[in-house]
Amino acid sequence: MCLAIPGKIVEFVPGQTQLGTVEVTGVRRKVDLGLLQDDMPMIGDWVLIHVGFAMTKISEQDAMEQMHLLHMLGETEQAIEEVRGYGLEERGEHMNGSPRLS
Amino acid sequence: MAHGAGGKASRRLVEGLFAPLLFENANAPLGDAANVRIDGASVAITTDSFVVNPLKFPGGSIGELAVNGTMNDLAVSGAKGQAMVATFVLEEGLPASVLEGEIRAMAAALHRAGVVMVGGDTKVVERGKADGMYITTTGIGRFMPRVTIDARSVRPGDKVILSGPIGDHGITILLARGELDLEADLSSDTRCVLPLIEAMVDEAAPGIRWMRDPTRGGVATSLNELARDCGLGIVLSEEEIPMRDEVRGACELLGLDPLHSANEGQFLAVVAPEYADAALNALNRTEGGEDAFIIGEVRTEPACGVLVTTRYGGSRIVDMLVGDPLPRIC
Amino acid sequence: MRYVDEFRDPELITRASEEIYRLADPARHYRIMEVCGGHTHAIYRFGLKDVLPSNIELIHGPGCPVCVLPMGRIDDGLAVARNANVIFAAFGDMMRVPGAHGSPLEHKARGTDVRIVYSPADALQIARRNRDRHVMFFAIGFETTAPSTALTLMRAKAEGIANFSVFCNHVTIIPAIRAILDSPDMRLDAFIGPGHVSTVIGCRPYEWIARNEGKPVVTSGFEPLDLLQSIVMLLRQLQAGEARVENQYKRVVPWEGNRAALKAMAEVFQLRPYFEWRGLGFISQSALKIRDEYAEWDAEQRFPIPGTRVTDPKAAQCGEVLKGVLKPAQCKLFGNECTPEHPIGALMVSSEGSCAAYYNYEHRKAVAMVTSISSVA
Repeated sequence: MCLAIPGKIVEFVPGQTQLGTVEVTGVRRKVDLGLLQDDMPMIGDWVLIHVGFAMTKISEQDAMEQMHLLHMLGETEQAIEEVRGYGLEERGEHMNGSPRLS
Repeated sequence: MAHGAGGKASRRLVEGLFAPLLFENANAPLGDAANVRIDGASVAITTDSFVVNPLKFPGGSIGELAVNGTMNDLAVSGAKGQAMVATFVLEEGLPASVLEGEIRAMAAALHRAGVVMVGGDTKVVERGKADGMYITTTGIGRFMPRVTIDARSVRPGDKVILSGPIGDHGITILLARGELDLEADLSSDTRCVLPLIEAMVDEAAPGIRWMRDPTRGGVATSLNELARDCGLGIVLSEEEIPMRDEVRGACELLGLDPLHSANEGQFLAVVAPEYADAALNALNRTEGGEDAFIIGEVRTEPACGVLVTTRYGGSRIVDMLVGDPLPRIC
Repeated sequence: MRYVDEFRDPELITRASEEIYRLADPARHYRIMEVCGGHTHAIYRFGLKDVLPSNIELIHGPGCPVCVLPMGRIDDGLAVARNANVIFAAFGDMMRVPGAHGSPLEHKARGTDVRIVYSPADALQIARRNRDRHVMFFAIGFETTAPSTALTLMRAKAEGIANFSVFCNHVTIIPAIRAILDSPDMRLDAFIGPGHVSTVIGCRPYEWIARNEGKPVVTSGFEPLDLLQSIVMLLRQLQAGEARVENQYKRVVPWEGNRAALKAMAEVFQLRPYFEWRGLGFISQSALKIRDEYAEWDAEQRFPIPGTRVTDPKAAQCGEVLKGVLKPAQCKLFGNECTPEHPIGALMVSSEGSCAAYYNYEHRKAVAMVTSISSVA
């Protein structure tokens, strides 16, 4: 459901404050920014586009954090195994993609 | 409409109705051109109708398509076009300047392809009965020596070569219609592929087993037809399939599979493994063939099907196109 | 960052897959439902089942708005479209969906004015350019799509565009998840939450699934690495015996959702007391209708609607497939009477339906047994 893909805001449509032009790997389209009115994007920001509407601003910082976690997949476990002999391991500690919520 | 979109419905129409009633040998695999013997000499003959909206689009127009398309059907049958006739169906009210523009485009394409127009016919239909103009072209050609195109000669281990990036024409037309309000610096790939095929034939003629121009229905449909005709499987490597960023972007945005998108200036060739490098090098050295790649190979499985694999080990079956490609949004 | 290729990195995919193999208990069978049809499509499109252990079973959920739309609604929409003055506008997804009297594309072939639009805003634009015609937008979709329709209707009202209306089929995902969890033959371990719906509703609406049903939920993105990372996160919760809602798709999904989008939806829509879901039956409070303040733009109030009811053939076992009781190929009709070209059941209707996705991408692979193409090129 709901095909949505990232695009970069390259310009605002003059005279129409709710419209911006986004670019998706060389393809441009005007999108409606009305759903982001609480936190309007700027030129150069990346947004998620669905049926011609920008749904949300994409956070580069969160994306980088995710990449970092992906790069570390498996390493924690390996490291734990390597130092197992030291008797220092904490039980139930895992790398996790999200903050603990409870 | 689906019957003309080049996918499954088109094939059913031809195999189920036209072939049994009209063709001399109804069971032979359907090729792009027929082989007719006249006084002992083999002549290649093919025909194609061109219907496109809009008539003019970035990178080409209906007149140019009509020449290149028929020349390409001959070329992928291993034949060099010699002469062509054309039939025009014009809608009443079509501006004379548009018609003249298309005739000039045809003349230029004929000149580039080195083929002559030897006759034609024109009909005018009432306004509203045609999309401006339709063109049908019929070409005859001479088969190149040492080349035999036959799906049944394809063997496991053969390599699949693609002449260049996919989807340019299909996506250009989709955007040129303007309904989706998308813009990209993209133009149709319409061209005559004969020079590329001649270069390949020079270096690898005995190894060439099968060729096709993946027009409507795209690479996926052409290769599914091959798989069915030879009873073997075609296994493609996704990372090796050349594609422009703009085509990829439009396909991501619209939920389309670029393997289903139409091409008007590319061809697929299946070449015996020992000739594959020679064939590819010949293409890469020829102008317009720089982006040719080996995109996959023939295997015994999936029998009669096409499988796309990725470097990380994921794979998927790619079927023929069902009807026209439709944007998928939700 | 372009936010696409980075999340398709083959080396990282292999590493994530290895991590999943490490985490999955070989003695256990995991049944994980991806709620969203977009996830189903991505799983097949990227061949992700090939990199998962066989004891992780992905069950394809109800999140395909085309699939769950009752056939009678299409017939009702097309009944309006047959008025000579009406332009029927819809997403490409709807075009081949059969009604009892043919699909929108078949209606187009018979002369009905049917247009494919990329956006509800484009449908409104057609209305602006054709003041002498009436444009009806046939709206489908979950909470991701509903705000766009809402904003379009607000624009139509503000501009006083009278020749535009919406035939509203918007549905809400939570009641469908509840219906599936309430079903007695249901056995699920965890959920991959719908990432794009969550851009609007946020992650809080899933908390009852973790709290009351004891099932972990991870809201996930749609690239291969997103889905694999989400499975890693779910396995870690299951291993630790936890059930929480986590957000894997943080780069896109704010925990609280999109307030402006929710506000637009509340301005234009209200809940229907009940709505029929193809394959699941009637579910209460599961769909949206247009508020009376927007009655002028509500096709169901402007035009006489026949109220068509079409029941699926009994042999189609869509409900069982939706609940994960049956796999697509285990349905008696799969691949025989029911194919993407001639869909009989709901899940074959859209390429995001689990049966169509399975048919298009997976069917025949079982015999192929081809795993790599390293010798090529």
